[in-house]
Amino acid sequence: MSMFSSRSWREYPQRYRMEASRFKKSGKTYYPPRDIDPETGDTAQEIVRLPDTGKIVTYTVIRVAPSQWGDLSPYALAIVELTDGTRMMGQMTDVDVEEVKIGMEVRLEFRRIQTESHEGVLSYGHKFVPNWF
Amino acid sequence: MAGIVGYGAHLPRHRIKVEEIAKVWGADAPSYKKGLMLREKSVPPPDMDTITLSVEATRRALIRAQTVDPKDIGAIYIGSESHPYAVKPSGTTVAEAIGATPDIHCADFEFACKAGSEAMFVALSHVDAGHMKYALGIAADTSQGAPSDALEFSAAAGAAAFIMGKDNLIADCLDTHSFMTDMPDFWRREHEFYPQHAGRFTGEEAYFATTKGASIALLKKSGMKPADFKYAVFHQPNGKFPQRVARELGFTQEQIDPGWLAPRLGNTYSGASPIGLSATLDVSEPGDLIFMCSYGSGAGSDAFIWKVTERIDEVRDLTVRTHKLLDENIIYIDYGTYAKFRRKIKMNY
Repeated sequence: MSMFSSRSWREYPQRYRMEASRFKKSGKTYYPPRDIDPETGDTAQEIVRLPDTGKIVTYTVIRVAPSQWGDLSPYALAIVELTDGTRMMGQMTDVDVEEVKIGMEVRLEFRRIQTESHEGVLSYGHKFVPNWF
Repeated sequence: MAGIVGYGAHLPRHRIKVEEIAKVWGADAPSYKKGLMLREKSVPPPDMDTITLSVEATRRALIRAQTVDPKDIGAIYIGSESHPYAVKPSGTTVAEAIGATPDIHCADFEFACKAGSEAMFVALSHVDAGHMKYALGIAADTSQGAPSDALEFSAAAGAAAFIMGKDNLIADCLDTHSFMTDMPDFWRREHEFYPQHAGRFTGEEAYFATTKGASIALLKKSGMKPADFKYAVFHQPNGKFPQRVARELGFTQEQIDPGWLAPRLGNTYSGASPIGLSATLDVSEPGDLIFMCSYGSGAGSDAFIWKVTERIDEVRDLTVRTHKLLDENIIYIDYGTYAKFRRKIKMNY
């Protein structure tokens, strides 16, 4: 088993189910999950699932992509504020980069994220798509 | 009998028109459009596959199921001829993504275009037999047609998922019948990228004989006639075949219309009749009877009779309808983009 497949497997909860940690004292949610709240040092937390919709806070366009994403370029990487206030970064898909705008409503969709090689393990997770329905 | 407690579909947004494919190969687009009744087909982008389509369709099925805890789903079966791995199950990724692991049974089914309905059939049977409270049957494909082959005009992508249960049904399954023979009409040998088919032989002796065999047997078994049904859904390798088989069995165009998606969607293989069923449920009223018959080369058909319950009014608009996915926010692509998306270009990595 390669490092890639074991790392991918360890991250299933956040990658597949959008699980985040919400700390009891501060009420703050962190994604990916953390063991300790960096502000309070608190370890008491609950695992919550993030909402699947939000708005773009800012974005950048990747035109010269690493080889594993070459067939998708150009594409946007966006920082999105989800409806619960959590901000996360993700790749945009199913959209022309010229249409991507700050404030655009987006939805998380389960997608293939990358592959190790033609023979390697497939890595899945979420990307943002325009929220058109 | 057991039935459907939640259903959902997912389709790619990308489409390619018949004219765009015909242009590249010097084919006559009007004759394909008229002969096969195909206008365009869905195309999955590189980051979409049978697993991702299955997860999205299943999430919609869970929304419509309303109260089903994924931990109560005892089995996940995915029928597809395009499982992303040759060795490694698709179902376990779906199970993990919806939070149904680890106390669950998973299996990937293959039977050309019939794999989806057999996943539904086995899920339904487990629940009916009392083995588990809920079972999930998924029909999903990102099918491939060889460049310039007739199949390239139709091979499309999409998925539908059905959570089977005994209580709180959206549609009760009144009866089923399956019909199988050994039929060499379409196949793909191991390590081959594209399927082969036997041309016109795939029609008369295969699709029509098998679909009619299952349909006539189920009508006889149930004591029903085509006029008793509000809607009917058949496997749709193109727009023409389901239209003709429906007519020859005694169903009308109005009965097949809501689930007759192939002219704009293409052939979603395992997904074809199950996605058609999802579109039909979207417009059904309580009490409606729906006749459904799949077809898979090799060859076989699974036929079902569904009776829609009053719960349909409560759940149909809890998530997106299949026709909305088919009709709105379409991205048309050219053949070059299509060839890139479907990995038909030799790359240096």
